[in-house]
Amino acid sequence: MGKHTIWFHSRPSIVSTYSVAGKKEGDGPIGSVFDRILSDDYFGEKTFEKAECKMLSTAIENVIKKSGYDKSDIDALISGDLLNQIVSASFAARDFNIPYIGIYNACSTVTEGLALGATIVDGGYMSDVVVATGSHFSTAERQYRYPLEFGSVRPPQSQWTVTGSGAAIISSRGDGPSITAATFGKVVDYGVSDANNMGAAMAPAAMDTLITHFTETGRTPDYYDLIVTGDLGALGSRILKHIISQNGYDISEKHVDCGEVIYNIDEEEYQGGSGAGCSTIVFCSYIYGKLKKRELNKVLFLATGALLSTVTTQQGETIPCISHAVAVEND
Amino acid sequence: MADAKNSTVNKAYISFVSEISPRTNERRSLFNAFAVGGFICVIGQFLRYILQFMFSLEGDELAGAVSMILIFLSAFLTGIGVYDRIGKYAGGGSIVPITGFANSVVAPAMEFKSEGFVYGLAAKMFIIAGPIIVFGVVSSVAVGLIYYIAGLF
Repeated sequence: MGKHTIWFHSRPSIVSTYSVAGKKEGDGPIGSVFDRILSDDYFGEKTFEKAECKMLSTAIENVIKKSGYDKSDIDALISGDLLNQIVSASFAARDFNIPYIGIYNACSTVTEGLALGATIVDGGYMSDVVVATGSHFSTAERQYRYPLEFGSVRPPQSQWTVTGSGAAIISSRGDGPSITAATFGKVVDYGVSDANNMGAAMAPAAMDTLITHFTETGRTPDYYDLIVTGDLGALGSRILKHIISQNGYDISEKHVDCGEVIYNIDEEEYQGGSGAGCSTIVFCSYIYGKLKKRELNKVLFLATGALLSTVTTQQGETIPCISHAVAVEND
Repeated sequence: MADAKNSTVNKAYISFVSEISPRTNERRSLFNAFAVGGFICVIGQFLRYILQFMFSLEGDELAGAVSMILIFLSAFLTGIGVYDRIGKYAGGGSIVPITGFANSVVAPAMEFKSEGFVYGLAAKMFIIAGPIIVFGVVSSVAVGLIYYIAGLF
């Protein structure tokens, strides 16, 4: 056992998942596997913030329903999102009578949540935990960039925040792929300061966690059927493959990036999807489905997050990034 | 933490990133900006002729009326969600004319309406246009001073 990696000896399993996706995501290459696709981005609410919150509560509500558990069985809700003070997650938690653990690691919140949930369940402190995260293009856009109707030009290295949210239940009982190990990442900053180039900023964090994971577990990229990164996008993925190969690991055969697969890459999204919802809805639908059907058996899932704010960007700071990895395997 | 070795690694990484990152196609952007910006000006000139010869406006009244119509058109197109699409294509071409200024005021006004009329719509209306106004006023004061001082001799 290494310093950053935890083995989960009781193998807590992911018993069910649920994903809610926006219309644009629903039209993408993996649109058919989402549990629910919104017909409009307001989701019947007055504001986009309320819609984001409702997407999260829909995911939480339905993941519990789908698992066949009762709400009273759930010991804790671990949840986070991208908005200031993680309001969407907290406001969604208001509707559930469940202890709430609010977390933030930007777009890597989902693997942080899965790793924490597995730790709590494996430790025997709780038996059923819901992990949920989400994001919304329109709320993120106005927090981080410009108003929606402002006629600005996106630079070609930029990504598109995913509208969607997903939830998973980690349980000490029941069937499903198990979380066998987690590697908690450390904050990595290679000095990228362009907030439009998240892929380049986050790739070193993904590399750091991957190398730590491989060294500490003694596993190689070949051990896994798939290595799934969160939202590096097309450019970030290329950078990751390049810089990790310089360190002696070749992941090019095994690697898939959620940001890269979620959209039909056309001019508007440029490098692909990003946001806390991006990796979550891809994992909670497509990847989990493949694991369930045993088309995939060993998956390393690491979402990456850029830990910046608009204030730090305006003050000219570089972008610190993080990535947490969880190994999800069939028995 | 930031020792010498680390910073050389970072420098190598940053230069690798800028090498591999896609660049804006400047020739195309410049052409689009020129074409769309020019077209907006042509519309302005067309309105000017109509108002001048059909409604016999002239001088400040004429200039004011043309600006008002362009601002209205831009605000309207922003409201129905068209102007940002023009902007994506045209870049500076649709930001620089007066229509771009109108867009930069109307867009945040629409967006922040959800936070109320006073602290949302009214307060946030100038988050993009504010700096333009500030530097516009500052530079006009500077020009005025130069003009005044030059007139003393």
